[in-house]
Amino acid sequence: MNVEGIWVYAVIHGVRAQSRVCGLRGVADEPVHVVACDELAAVVGVVNLDEFGQDALRRNLEDLDWVAQKARAHDAVISAVAQSGAVIPVRMATVYLDEGGVQKLLESRRQDFGATLTRLSGRAEVGVKVYADPTRLATPDAGQDDDGSRTGTSYLMRRRRELTSREEAYREAALEADRIHGTLMRYAVDGKRKPPPDRSLSGRDELTVLNGTYLVDSDAVGFFRETVVALGLSTGRLSLETTGPWPPYSFAGEPVAE
Amino acid sequence: MTEVFPAQEDRRIALVDLLDRVLAGGVVISGEVVLSIADVDLVVISLRTLVSSIGSLMSEDEILGGEG
Repeated sequence: MNVEGIWVYAVIHGVRAQSRVCGLRGVADEPVHVVACDELAAVVGVVNLDEFGQDALRRNLEDLDWVAQKARAHDAVISAVAQSGAVIPVRMATVYLDEGGVQKLLESRRQDFGATLTRLSGRAEVGVKVYADPTRLATPDAGQDDDGSRTGTSYLMRRRRELTSREEAYREAALEADRIHGTLMRYAVDGKRKPPPDRSLSGRDELTVLNGTYLVDSDAVGFFRETVVALGLSTGRLSLETTGPWPPYSFAGEPVAE
Repeated sequence: MTEVFPAQEDRRIALVDLLDRVLAGGVVISGEVVLSIADVDLVVISLRTLVSSIGSLMSEDEILGGEG
């Protein structure tokens, strides 16, 4: 029985491929190598199916510590390879039974991969999140008309005013986020808005009004981040945060900009 | 049982951003693979795991009476 599988990290150009992965270690601490086919190469590592086989993967993907550790290792390999040239990141947990399967993949999607490498060459991904702080957004005028009345009616009216002003504030924050996204798209090659992460995950009380990610020319990443800082300074109520630069994970498929 | 979770806020954020990319991004390959990623909504699985981890942390501290 075959106990070893091939974990795929990325697809790169075949030129100098082996030297680009030399010395890297992967998700199983295995030495990373390449499977080449014509002008393409897949960055791969040999992993044990006891841990990375179908049943094991399904089980392990439910284990946060495992997922976190493997996600960091997967990203570390892709990020390292991205330092030396164009890279198509492959989604985490893509495992083949043998190198022949990987070779067939490179062969069957040769044109597709070639075009994607050209599109991603010399570019990186930058994430931009925009948060709205509910306490800074809402400007309740509750205390101002506090005439000492504590009746149910005055409480309800005050409460309604608070809610209305908060709703309006959120609406304005959302519009401002739209404008920020529009501005950033002008400085990016491509970009997309992702759903905001769950608030319990972001670890912040603020509302995420924009979870954008942008494909940017590598030599313009600094300028792009400065633009984000400038946009942040121009808005009093929202806070902006960048992540990355990342390998172009979110742009590895079809181009997304409309 | 003490559950260990990255202490720093920024590390937790980084993990969310990372999973958002390595699990939801990257080119999807199907056919001949051990596990067809397209078949499994990995992000949901992982994020659910994250949520439940945080949830269980909170419940240990904040649970009122009950099974503790």
